[in-house]
Parts: sequence; structure tokens; C-alpha cells
Amino acid sequence: MSQPGAVAPPESHAALEAHHEALGFWRHYVFSVDHKVIGIQYGITGLVFLFFGFSLMMLMRWQLAYPGIPLPLLGSLLGEARMPGGTMLPEFYNELGAMHGTIMVFLGVVPLAVGGFGNFVLPLQIGAPDMAFPRLNMASYWFFFLGGVTMLASFFVPGGAAQSGWTSYAPLSVLAGSGQTWWLVGMILLITSSLLGAINFITTTIQLRVKGLTFMRFPFFVWAQFVTSFLLLLAFPPLEAAGAMQLMDRVAGTSFFMPSGLVVGGEVLTNAGGGSPLLWQHLFWFLAHPEVYVLILPAMGIVGEIIANNTRKPLWGYRSMIYSLVFLGFMSFIVWAHHMFMTGMGTTMAAFFQTTTMIISIPSVVILTALIISLWGGSIRFNTPMLFALGFLPMFGIGGLTGLPLGLNVSDIPLHDTYYVIGHFHYVVAPGTIFALFAGVYYWFPKATGRKMNETLGKIHFFGSLVCMNVVFMPMFLVGLAGVSRRLFDGGATYAFAQPVLHMNVMSSWGAWILAVFQLPFIFNFFWSIWKGEKTGDNPWQATTIEWAAPSPPPHGNFLVTPEAYRGPYEYSVTGAAKDFIPQCEA
Amino acid sequence: MEIPYTVEVRRDTGLTNGRIGIWLFLASEVMLFGALFASYILIRTGAVSWPRGDTILDVPLATFNTLVLISSSVTMVMAWASLMRHRFGTFRIYMGLTILFGFVFLTVKYFEYSHHLHIGEVPSTNNFLAIYYTLTGLHMLHVAGGMAVNAYLWGPGAKLWQTNPQWFTNRVEHSGLFWHFVDLVWIFLFPTLYLL
Repeated sequence: MSQPGAVAPPESHAALEAHHEALGFWRHYVFSVDHKVIGIQYGITGLVFLFFGFSLMMLMRWQLAYPGIPLPLLGSLLGEARMPGGTMLPEFYNELGAMHGTIMVFLGVVPLAVGGFGNFVLPLQIGAPDMAFPRLNMASYWFFFLGGVTMLASFFVPGGAAQSGWTSYAPLSVLAGSGQTWWLVGMILLITSSLLGAINFITTTIQLRVKGLTFMRFPFFVWAQFVTSFLLLLAFPPLEAAGAMQLMDRVAGTSFFMPSGLVVGGEVLTNAGGGSPLLWQHLFWFLAHPEVYVLILPAMGIVGEIIANNTRKPLWGYRSMIYSLVFLGFMSFIVWAHHMFMTGMGTTMAAFFQTTTMIISIPSVVILTALIISLWGGSIRFNTPMLFALGFLPMFGIGGLTGLPLGLNVSDIPLHDTYYVIGHFHYVVAPGTIFALFAGVYYWFPKATGRKMNETLGKIHFFGSLVCMNVVFMPMFLVGLAGVSRRLFDGGATYAFAQPVLHMNVMSSWGAWILAVFQLPFIFNFFWSIWKGEKTGDNPWQATTIEWAAPSPPPHGNFLVTPEAYRGPYEYSVTGAAKDFIPQCEA
Repeated sequence: MEIPYTVEVRRDTGLTNGRIGIWLFLASEVMLFGALFASYILIRTGAVSWPRGDTILDVPLATFNTLVLISSSVTMVMAWASLMRHRFGTFRIYMGLTILFGFVFLTVKYFEYSHHLHIGEVPSTNNFLAIYYTLTGLHMLHVAGGMAVNAYLWGPGAKLWQTNPQWFTNRVEHSGLFWHFVDLVWIFLFPTLYLL
């Protein structure tokens, strides 16, 4: 094909810089198309939402530990409609529960893990000047932001925010107040955002990797983001379809999820009926199981980077880890109904889904085992990122192993509606994924700012969080095994059989509140280090991957000289080499 | 800043960024409509009774609309082919026809919708009409979206032809891929809703 017309010659780097400086505050920091600025925007917004979602849960923990007792000080501030006299109403508890889940998953962890780290680190690690579609990237952030605002605004509509759980099961959600409509609109915005992001990540990874960077030379983190993007791309649209159908049910009065002859408050509903509440569950979990891997794969990627760097040796079993990632991605699409054993699906279906579930646990175990064996014989540096990465391993391990009984139909049925499930899931995501995200913040902070975060504060943050996380979640296994339902707004206080374990609710709650106190050193450290942290060079951790060849912080366009990859990602402690690491881009 | 492979092809992948991007987008669209078709099957198989489409919907009108959309796909290809032969004037004509066919499709759909609404056949009447309105409504949004992009490429976006014809041709190709997809969805919708 001929190429008529002249393409403008690329500007010199200095000219780019001058052009960039001329952008002004709004285009530089707010409506930026630079992947690093967008990554930081995503990261900070995600961290704020994480803390907000955590605060909702701290309110719930008061009600669970001290049901019916007025909450001092804060209780009266929340108003008569939510906490009359400081005592929480069940409706408000349901709002908090639904929005805690929604905010933590869709507005906290995913934006931080994929939007934040993916945007900031991935293009740098593959030596790209930016993402493939910078303007789509900006649109992705602003769709996310609008989705977040919609979710927050729903707290102030009559009847309050969504109250039907983060899963929004029908028909409860169809009959719920107007907050649910806001939830659906917010979700459609968030899905649009992650769709744009996913297209961008995949295209960037395939097209913009530098010369010599073949797929089997990718850092583990790049692979993790690559697989995650496919999950986002293909799993989210069915939820969008389901959201549109639920919106139709709520606004246009259709009956997609409404069965015939439903009786509400003693009266038979007059809608057409003939719909299926189970259809919603299928569509929801078809998204939400891959979503679990969207939460965990980037975390594994971050931990892989940090472990290789701080053991000063290559990742053990790099190839099997990559194959496991890809296999996990495929399998995550055919395990969803293990969330639905309680629906009475019959043994044939259950047998299929419990088999796939047992199979999917294998690649997870391969990755975790490879990470643990990677520690063997390393000269380990116990800095803050490494501590969080090391904390991830046993915490994710507990989360994963406690999931096995939930993957089997027979043992799932008695456990499924108890606190055991809450404990299992939170071990995977809270001391699992969130620890990995903290590790990533400490690890790449010098790249983003040119300064290191304080190590002492970091260690206080780590050890405090490690202890508190276990105090919060370990009792939940015991409460759950005692049979306490996870859907009670008084934590089981009205049930005789729950009395012997009620004191553990108090323990969990105090664990959560003290956990909040241990986040203060992090928040202080984060902002203080931006301006006052110890200055570092371009490669403070003596790392091998390409992002460390860029200046810290990298300018618009990232690299002063376009890098080239000459070797695999983790050439640490190579025999006969002059130093204990050989950067990927060093000839 | 110049993003590499926006216009030129990366040699080892043989692709431009935009072409990967549009195909990935179409993959997600397949999942979106796939979920809706799957829901249709689930609701229909679970229904006590289900009307045949032609007892409620107007088949001749929809057949006409099918022909209109297929024609618009042909003119879309011709628009792109004109650019490949550097005939910008012909591109304008074919692209204009594509937009016009889209407009005809939407107009026919408007009369179809208003007829059903007029005789009280609304989405809440039964689940057949519910899925009919949801699927065709979502499809119409896609038609309108495709028309908006095509109108941009016909009008203000065509300035790119003067400075970078290759890039402009790529854009028309990507818009065309989306347009063919929208057409294809209708090819599935027509028998599913009107004939079965």
C-alpha cells in the first residue's frame, strides 16, 4: 500500500517537553492523556474509595459487635433516617453492606490494581512512550470517576443507596428503592470505563513493546495485566446486558427477573411474570467470578516483581507461572456456578462446576508455590515492599485453602450462607490483594515521585496491618463454622446457638478499628514522602525491568532514549557478571 | 507525542493499533449481545407459552429493513474501497448513502415502535415484547452510534484526508467493521424475533 501525504516528523524530546509544559494545570494534572498521570489519578481515587469503603464497614462492625446500642458521637451525625438516636436501622445496615462490597471491588481494588498500577507500570515495563490510545485512556478514567460519583450520590436519594447486596439479586433488587437504579447506572459507567481500559492494555501490550521484548521476556506483572485485561474485556459485557435488563425491569416494568405470581406484603404482584431470578445470578456470576481473578492476578503480578527483585534471583518456574496465568484466565469463565450451589441446581450441574473449580485451584497453587520456592536460597532484603509481598503469600494461601470446601457442592451448602464465606473471601482480597497493592505503592513510589517512602513508618504499617487483618478475619471462620448467617444485621444476637461465638464479633470489630489506626502511618507517609521523602536515583532497588531505565519521575514520553530488550526480565546474580543484576535493556 | 503504529503497520504483528482495538471492541460486543441472546433462550425455554414472532410483529416491514441494512453494508465497503483508489468524491457519495440507509432503518423502526405502543403493546405486556424492545432498542442505539461516527467521517473528520490519507482510510475501515457488526446483529435478530 502506498502512503500518500506526509506524516509530521516526530518532534525532538526537548520540544515535546516544552509543549508539555505549555499545557497548563488542567490539561497537565486533570484532563491529562499521559498514562502516568492517569495511573496516579486512578491510584489515588482508588485509595480514597478503599478508605471510604472501609469506613462503611467500620460502621457496620459497631452494629455487629454491639447490636442496638447507640453509636457514640458519629451515630447522631448520620441523621434520624439512618440512625435514629444513634441506633442503626436495618435498612441502613443493608445500604452499608451493599455499598461496602460495591465500592471495595469496583471502585477501590480494581481501579487501583488495573487502572492505577496497570496504567502507570505496564507501558514503562514494556518500554512504550504511552498507551496505544491516550484519549481513550483519559475517557476511561472519567467514566470511572462519573461511575464513582453516581454511586456516592445514591446515598442521598430518597430511600438511600442500593440495599440488595453487592450482588443485587433479583427479585429483591427489582423491588428495592430508587438507590438501586443509581447503582445500575453507576455500574454501566464503570463497565464502560473498564472496557476502554481493557482494549487499551491489550493493544498496548501487543503493539508498543520495544524491540527484543518477546512475550516470554515480559515481566510477570505485564503478563498478569495482559490476562486480566482479557477477563475485563469479555466478562463485563454480560453484566452490562444484565444491568440493562434489570433497568428495564425497574423502569419499564418488564419481567426478565420476576417470576409469575410473586407475593409481596401479602399481595400478588400484577406484573407479567414468567421471568427468572436465577438468570440474574447466572449473568452476575459469569462476570463476578472472572472478576475475582481481576482482583487477584494483578496482585500476583506485583508480588512476583517484588520477590524477584528482593531475593536477587530469577523467579522460579517463570514459564509455568505464565502458563498457569493463561490457564487461570480461560478456566475462570467456566466456574461461575460454584457461587450458586445453594440454588438447588441438581447434581449434574453441580458435578460439572465443582470439577472445574477443583481444576482452577491447580494453577493458583502453581503460582503460589513458584513464588514461595523463589525465596529459597535468595539473599532476601526485608524492605517494606518485600514485607508486604511476603505477607501476601500466607494470607492468600489461607484464603485459597479455605476456599476448597466452598468449591465442593456438599460442603458448600452448610457453609455458604455463613461468615465462613466472608472470612474466605476477605483473606483472598484484604490481606491478600490489598497487601500486594500496598507492596506495589511502596515499590513504585520512587519511580512516580523520585523519592522513597519512609521505611520505619512502612514497617509500622505492615506489622500493625498484618496482626489486625488476622484479628478481623480469623474469627469469622469460627463464627461461620458455628453456623451464624452472614446476612443478619445483629450478628446473630437473637439466636441461642450463636451466643457462644458472639464475643468473636467484638474481637473482629476492634481488630477493624485498630486496623484503621494502623493505616494512618501509611496516609501520612504517602503525602509526606511526595515532598519530603529521601531522594532516590532512577533505579533505587537495583532492579532489572525496563521501567527503571526511565528517569524518576519519567517525563511525558517516558524514555530519553528508546530502550531495547536484550534478555529475560529477571537476570539477578548471574554468575560472572560484574554486579548482581543485569537490566533487561542493557546490551 | 506520536504513538507508534497508529498509521503504519507494526511488522512483526502485521497490524495497526486501531485494527486490534476495533476487533477487541467487537469481541466485547459479541459477549454483550451473546448474553442477551442467551437470556432470550433461557426465558423462552422456561415460558409456559411463547408467541410466534410473526403473529405480533410486522415481517414485511422487517424484511424491508433487513434489505436496507444489507445495502448499507455494501455502500460502506464501497466507501472504503473508493478511498483505497484515492477517489474522495465517490467516498462522499457512498458514505452519504450509508448514513441515509441507516436513517431509513431508524425511521421504519420508529413507525414499528409507535404502532406497537399505540395498540398497547408495551415492554411490560409480556416477556416476548420485553426482550423485543430490549434487543432492538440496544441494536438501534448501535445503529445511531455507527451513524454518528460515519457522519463525523463524512463531515468534519474528512479533513484528515488532506493531511494523512492512510490514517483516514484506516478510520473508515474501522468504522466499517463496526457497521458490519451492527448489520450482523440484525441478521441474527430478524429471524430470532420475527420468524421463530
